[in-house]
Parts: sequence; C-alpha cells; structure tokens
Amino acid sequence: MRREGSALAGAGTVMMKELGDNLSSSRMRMLELLVFLTGAGAVFATIGEVRDAVGEDPFVFLRIFTTAKGETLPSFAAFLGFLIPIVAIALGFDSVNSEFNGKTMSRILAQPIYRDALLFGKFMAGLTTLAVMLSALWIFVIGLAILMLGLPPGAEEVMRSFAFLIAAVAYGGAWLALAMLFSVRFRSAATAALASLAVWLLFAFFWNMLVTVVTPILAPVDPYNPLSVLHTVEVGQALSRLSPNTLFAETTLAFLNPGTRSLGLVLTSQMQGAISGPLPFSESVALVWPQVTGLLATVIALFTVAYVMFQRQEVRA
Amino acid sequence: MSQPVIRTQALTKAYGSRLAVDKLDLTIEPGEVFGLLGPNGAGKTTTILMLLGLTEPTSGEAIVAGFDPLRQPLEVKRRVGYMPDQVGFYDNLTGVENLRYTAKLCGFSSKEANERIANALTRVRLTEAGQRAVAGYSRGMRQRLAIAEILMKGASIAILDEPTGGLDPQSTREFLELIRSLKKDGMTILLSSHMLELVQSVCDRVALFNQGKIGLMGRVEDLLRSVLGGSHIIRIEASGAGLEEALEHVPGVTRVTREGAVLRIEATGDIRADIARAVVGADGDLTMMDAGHASLEDVYTRFFEGIPNAA
Repeated sequence: MRREGSALAGAGTVMMKELGDNLSSSRMRMLELLVFLTGAGAVFATIGEVRDAVGEDPFVFLRIFTTAKGETLPSFAAFLGFLIPIVAIALGFDSVNSEFNGKTMSRILAQPIYRDALLFGKFMAGLTTLAVMLSALWIFVIGLAILMLGLPPGAEEVMRSFAFLIAAVAYGGAWLALAMLFSVRFRSAATAALASLAVWLLFAFFWNMLVTVVTPILAPVDPYNPLSVLHTVEVGQALSRLSPNTLFAETTLAFLNPGTRSLGLVLTSQMQGAISGPLPFSESVALVWPQVTGLLATVIALFTVAYVMFQRQEVRA
Repeated sequence: MSQPVIRTQALTKAYGSRLAVDKLDLTIEPGEVFGLLGPNGAGKTTTILMLLGLTEPTSGEAIVAGFDPLRQPLEVKRRVGYMPDQVGFYDNLTGVENLRYTAKLCGFSSKEANERIANALTRVRLTEAGQRAVAGYSRGMRQRLAIAEILMKGASIAILDEPTGGLDPQSTREFLELIRSLKKDGMTILLSSHMLELVQSVCDRVALFNQGKIGLMGRVEDLLRSVLGGSHIIRIEASGAGLEEALEHVPGVTRVTREGAVLRIEATGDIRADIARAVVGADGDLTMMDAGHASLEDVYTRFFEGIPNAA
C-alpha cells in the first residue's frame, strides 16, 4: 500500500532540533571536555618521542596519532577507539525512548510527518554531532602538533589523517545506530544505556579473549598438517573482525601507518622480493576497503533494524 | 456541509486474537462535539490512533476530513489537531519554542509561525508563561498549551483524548469553556473521556464504548430516556429488613439497587412521598432522602452493569 507525501518531510526540522539539544546538553559538554583533554594529553605525552623521529620518518606527523607512550599510555587513535563508542552511546541511548517517556511521541507523530523523518532526523543529528566533535578534535590535535613540532603536515599526511577522521565518524555511527536500536527496543533509558554499554564492553575487552577460546574449537590445529595452522589463524581473524573495534583498529593502522602492507597473515615467501617502504595512499585505501565497507555496512544494518522495529511499534505508551 | 467530517466503516483493530476495536461504524458531522465514553481499555485510544493514521486498522476503513488516514496520513494530520492522553512537551524548551518546533513540522514559515503562536497563546492565556520552560508548567497549563498547538495549526478537527484527566475542578471548568469556544469557531471536536459530567455538559452526541464496540450512540437526552425509562433517581438511606423488596412494589419504581448504605431507586416520576411511606410501612428508619435527575453516569452504570471491565 502506497503512502502519499514524502517520507522525509520534517526530517530537517527534527534534525536541527535534536542537534540543538545535543550540542547544548550538559551531557555532551562533559564528554567533549573528556575527549579534548584526552586528545591534548595524548599529544603532550607523545610529542617527545615524535620529535625524536623527525627526519627519520617521512610521515612523522601521523605518529602523533599512533605513538603509544610505553606500556602505560595508549596512543591517541587507541584512545579514540575507546571514547568514540561512549560518546556515540551517550548521544543515542535515550533518543527514541525519551520521546515516549516524556509523552511527546504521539503528539509529534500527530504532526504532518512520517515516523521515518523522526528516526532519520535523530540519527542524522547524532551523526552530525559526532562529526562536528571529531572534526574539531582533529583540527585541535593537528594544530597542537604544528605548534609543538614546528612542522606543517604534508599533503598526504593530511589526506591520511582525514581518511582516519572519516573512518572514526563511521565507527561512531555504528555505535550510535546500536544505541538508537536499543533506545527503540527498550522503553527505559537506563536499560538501553546498560545494554549498549554491555555490547561495548564485550567488544572492547572480551571479544579477543572469546576469539582465543573459540577459535581452536572451531578450527583445531592438526599437528600433522602445517596448513591447518594457517586455517586456524584465518578463522580467528575472521571472528575478530566481527567486532567493529577490530575493524576500526585495522583501518586506523592502514591509514595512519603507511608502512602497513597487509592486515592479515603474511608468509615469508610472500615478502620475498618486496621493496620495503610506505604504500601510496590509494593502496592503503584499497587495503582497508573491506574494513571500511564493513563499518558502513554495520551502520546501515543496525539502523535498518532500528527503523523496522520503530515502524512496527505501537505509538501508545 | 452535509458531508461527514469523520466516517468509519467496519473499522477493526485486532491485537492477536483480541479485538481492540470491533467493526466500528461512526459518523461525525461538521461542527459537532462528539464524546467517546467507555472504561479504560475499551478501545477509545485505539480508535483515535486509527483515525490519525498512527495505527493501521486490521480491516475496515476510515475517512477523516475527506482523506484516508492510511494512505494520506500527512493530509489528515495537517487538518487534525490531536491532544493525547497525558500530553507531554519538551521540558527543557519554553512553551513558545515547543510550539515553534511543531509549527516548523507543519511547514509554516518563521514569520507565519510567530504570528500563529502569539495568537494561539493569547487565546489560551499563556502569553507570559510561554516564555518560560515547560518544566515549570502545571498540568492545566500543559493541557492549554496542547490546545494552543491545535489552534496554532489551524486544525478544523480536534481530537482530545481524556482532555480533563488529572485536572482540578477549577482547571476543568476553564478547560470546558475553552472547548465551548472552539466549538463556536466551528471546529469539529471528538473527545474521549470517562469523566461523564464533562461529556454531558459539552457533547452534542456521545457513543458508549465497551470492548471495542459501540453499545449506545445518540444525543444525551435521548439516551437518558431510552436507557433509563424514567429520568428520576432517588437515593435514600434507611435501615430495616426487607426494604428493597418493599420498595420494588411501590408504583412508579423501575429499579432498586444498593450502593453501600444507600439505596438507589430509579423511578418514572418524583415519588418521594410514596417511598417514604413505603419505608415507614416496612418498619424502616428513614434517615436521608435525596432526589435528582438521572445523569449520563446513570446511563453509563446501567449500560456497563454486568459487563466485566476489560482493563
């Protein structure tokens, strides 16, 4: 049965309203502060080591993002891997259920808009908030690095770090979509927040442990068949890549470390005759294309599930 | 003008095997105030949501303001103002900001929106409060803001779901005045309620709903006559054995029921003297007697008697 009128009428209005709410909420202020302090902290902590590498590495600028300070302080990119999901969850966990709990849902849906516009507008507002925040952070870190290193970034460094920024937004989008899915599913905002955080914990801390446990069961190593080792490693990697965190980490690696030639297993025989040196940007993009696509697919899949669930939901509270 | 504003034909909504609304036929004429009455869970809200296109009917069809809410929901929603049961606004925004958001969703330009909002707020006497955050509004103010929203939209039909739920008597009275003034503007109003006095005082016609079906529909006076037979209700407080039986034999009495210590007698006329005699004749002690006209509440009680409450 066809409905008349645009499904997205009003989406812009919803988006602007939600964007205003997002940007002015004290919840976001706190998270922004946290993220900026982290960014500044990571740059200050690593700048010494990065400065030592000036002249050795043609992509010294990118090291700002990837250098970890010994065992204790993870790199800026790794920090973002932790923090982006938190920010995205904070943006999404109460987006739909708050309308029900505030009794505003039926009143808003009685206006001449479709439900599609409401969900889409909210998602776009969340994504825009993430993009604005990460872009600001990106410019902040680059500016800080220019000041402290006294070097401008090269064109390729800018390109690579920009690609990293895009990947970070996509990664955040996946968590935002997950949080919104839970906000559609659970009427209680607390439940939705806890469920989102549980998934985040699973992928951030337990997924690799799980993979280590499950892989030998799924693909046991046959001591008489050396190739079975290869199989086991591949299965483990495939499992690990189900996690958006792994996808983001690999994307980061390929974009920010031009020396990365492969994200999988490389046999010594394959390396024979290879000329060591950084890959061109286009080759790095080709290398992580599956990971980036995987992230985008996660965003779309989660949003679709949330969308279908929301369309089928009864409006009455 | 003779075209009905809202018409439903065999409108049905099933949740699983339970029928929330069962083959509903309803016709509402322009400018009418129509009351949907019934206990909680009778299907009033479901009917309203189907009229707005917010819930898909299982079968049957509805036409609202000349449009099908299922296929042309935007056209319907442009013409219908809806005040949900327990209406909510964004607490962090002011009344004006809340209305401005709705105005934008309706597609009004900023200039037009500001004009409409100012007029609507004056009408519901919220001009000053409109500048404050909704978080500090009382329940009555929120309801009035919801009416302002309907006015601002320029809706020709207002659907009010339990409009006076949780209001104090003073706010209720003010609210009724507001509804009457909307009617004067020629707005068609559909309201659902279980506040029977309210409905009796403002509605032109009512429908009594139970378990998804309309049991009775018509003008209030007609219902009183057809359901109760007589229109006099006499309440007495008296003690004594066998009183009820004695009273039932008094000529003119159609029915005697006990409500706690009080006996409620339905009669065709004012037969208080006969009743007093009957009580005394049965050796009872009459301590209180009170007569009044039958109200919608009596119709309602009678109609829903013996029907287990669905909610």
